[in-house]
Amino acid sequence: MHLMYFTEQPMSTYPADKGLEFGATALMFSNRYFDPVDGSRLYNEFLEQYLYAEEVGIDGIMLNEHHNAPFCMQAKANIFAAILAGMTEKVKIVMLGNPLPLSENPVRLAEELAMIDMISKGRLVSGFVRGGGQEQLAAGVNPAYNRERFEEAHDLIVRAWTETGPFRFEGRHYQNRVVNPWAVPLQKPYPRVWVPGVISRETIVWAAEQRYPYIALNTSIADTKKIWQTYDDVALEAGYEAGPENRGYLIQVHVSDNEEKAIENARQFRWMQGEFTGLAHPVWSTPSGYSSPRNRRAFVEFAAGRRANPRGQTSFEQQMEDLRIIAGTPDTVVPKLRRILEETRPGILALWGNDGTVSQEDSMTCIRMIGTEVFPAIREIAKELDLKSPFEAEAPVSIRYSTDLKAPAAAAE
Amino acid sequence: MAGGCGDYWQETGVAGVPVRYCRCGTGSPVLILHHDIGCPDRADFAEALSGSRDVLMPVHPGFGLGSERAEWMRSVRDLAVLYRGLLAKLGIGRATLVGLGFGGWVAAEMASMAPADVDRLVLVGAMGLQPREGFILDQALVGYIDYAEAFFKDPAAFDAVYGREPTNDQLEAWDICREMCFRIAWKPYMYSQTLAPLLGSVTAPALVVHGADDGVVPADCAAQYAAALPNARLETVADCGHAVALERPEALARLVQDFIGE
Repeated sequence: MHLMYFTEQPMSTYPADKGLEFGATALMFSNRYFDPVDGSRLYNEFLEQYLYAEEVGIDGIMLNEHHNAPFCMQAKANIFAAILAGMTEKVKIVMLGNPLPLSENPVRLAEELAMIDMISKGRLVSGFVRGGGQEQLAAGVNPAYNRERFEEAHDLIVRAWTETGPFRFEGRHYQNRVVNPWAVPLQKPYPRVWVPGVISRETIVWAAEQRYPYIALNTSIADTKKIWQTYDDVALEAGYEAGPENRGYLIQVHVSDNEEKAIENARQFRWMQGEFTGLAHPVWSTPSGYSSPRNRRAFVEFAAGRRANPRGQTSFEQQMEDLRIIAGTPDTVVPKLRRILEETRPGILALWGNDGTVSQEDSMTCIRMIGTEVFPAIREIAKELDLKSPFEAEAPVSIRYSTDLKAPAAAAE
Repeated sequence: MAGGCGDYWQETGVAGVPVRYCRCGTGSPVLILHHDIGCPDRADFAEALSGSRDVLMPVHPGFGLGSERAEWMRSVRDLAVLYRGLLAKLGIGRATLVGLGFGGWVAAEMASMAPADVDRLVLVGAMGLQPREGFILDQALVGYIDYAEAFFKDPAAFDAVYGREPTNDQLEAWDICREMCFRIAWKPYMYSQTLAPLLGSVTAPALVVHGADDGVVPADCAAQYAAALPNARLETVADCGHAVALERPEALARLVQDFIGE
């Protein structure tokens, strides 16, 4: 079991009333409400949290990035990854991940990630994502080619990492006539790639085809099981049997030494008006061409106010009930996590420890109790349930490096 | 074609995609190219012209429900070349090109790539040039209904075309149109950086029309077209938004009839 700590790095001091007044807290919500004095303090507090997470024995630090919004202050995950590469000794630096389609030059990303891998002495996990809908506009990148760019940028990066240069890459969206980066990863054949996601079936299928672990982001137990069904089916077609080493799960868990305080702090998981990524403008969050055509009808009806958000919207109480938010002391938290582990059998687990305006002191307490009490118990449960991480299972980095395929993937093409 | 295109729809393949077009009337050929929000069922303007012309009104491939898109298409100029192929396939050498909004950009591209094959050119609220003041309205930032409503000065005119509460099919069609616009006109958004100098070759008589209350395309675009086309005249339609052919179909038909008949 690989156990990680995650925070969205919330810009907790933005004026929430202004967001409500504007009606959205992303993309066009003015950055006049971003205060760099608070920003400077908060970045350093997050850094303190990460270093402490390593100190209390947590295996990995999960990083992500978002743009033009207060729910996440990381505008470039590679920056924190680079800082942690130099300042930590043991933790895995798990990027979930770099939004590939937003990049105009994936070779540059390959270089940055290779540097992080070398500086960290091989502790990089290089997850890749499509980027949120509104981030396509924030980066000026065409949402209609999001998935094509994602897959093509991935292919280019993997080639830049694994093929001896110089070589030439002529893709549909990327044409790099000379690929020859003088920075390649320390880990061979290349750093592990994990793929997080929520609802896009295409992403689950793609991850399974690549044999990359898929990290379900705060989905309900029922939805998580559906995701694994899809993944497992594709895996069988590709010639391997998926197991816990292919499955990751991120869940909002706040731990405290006091039940009431834990629940009060856990309410902050809903601090962005109860939305995962803030108060979304339905058109900005789902630009045309960004989503799967199968979801088109639902999203246009949502955009016109004719149906509920296809991404779902439930109350704090319901989320607690569904175990999508867990809060309490280690004694009450561990049995709930056990149920999730038993039902969904992941080999990678990330706890999103705190959000919103939870104080630095309470955040640090949460991290300490996760590291010293919750995770040791989870490790025992994982042993009992035989939930191995990709590292423990010595899983191949990708399908290309698999030696156990029952029907070679090439034959299916 | 009273009441719309109805039975006048035909289809033919061009550049690997089926192109649906409404064809009606007899006389010299007139190609009408529709807006970025699709080809509405109501076609009063085209109908008015079909009394004395051979009117062709294609649906841009990929713009609307059931309209197959050309996966390879990457620019508005690609669409213009495709329509050159359509005209050639139908045996039409010279045609009058009438472009509405986004379709105006397509028409201008068609004219610039084969100036000798243009009988007359009519650009109505045409996109395609970067305004020196203001911007072309960015549909990526507004809702489907809000964007279509912005095409009209009078909300009642919008209602007459799309209904007060557009259907969910219509919403889906707008999303499909929007995706296609993104595919071929994302960056720079809704204009070309290489079209303006090419317009100097288009010596055919040109009529540049602009709705006085166009909230989608700044009036400066019309002024630039009128200045760049060597034989152009600029007309402003009073009391009218971007969708002149939908909001003031009779007024536009009269302007175009007079211009073609000159």
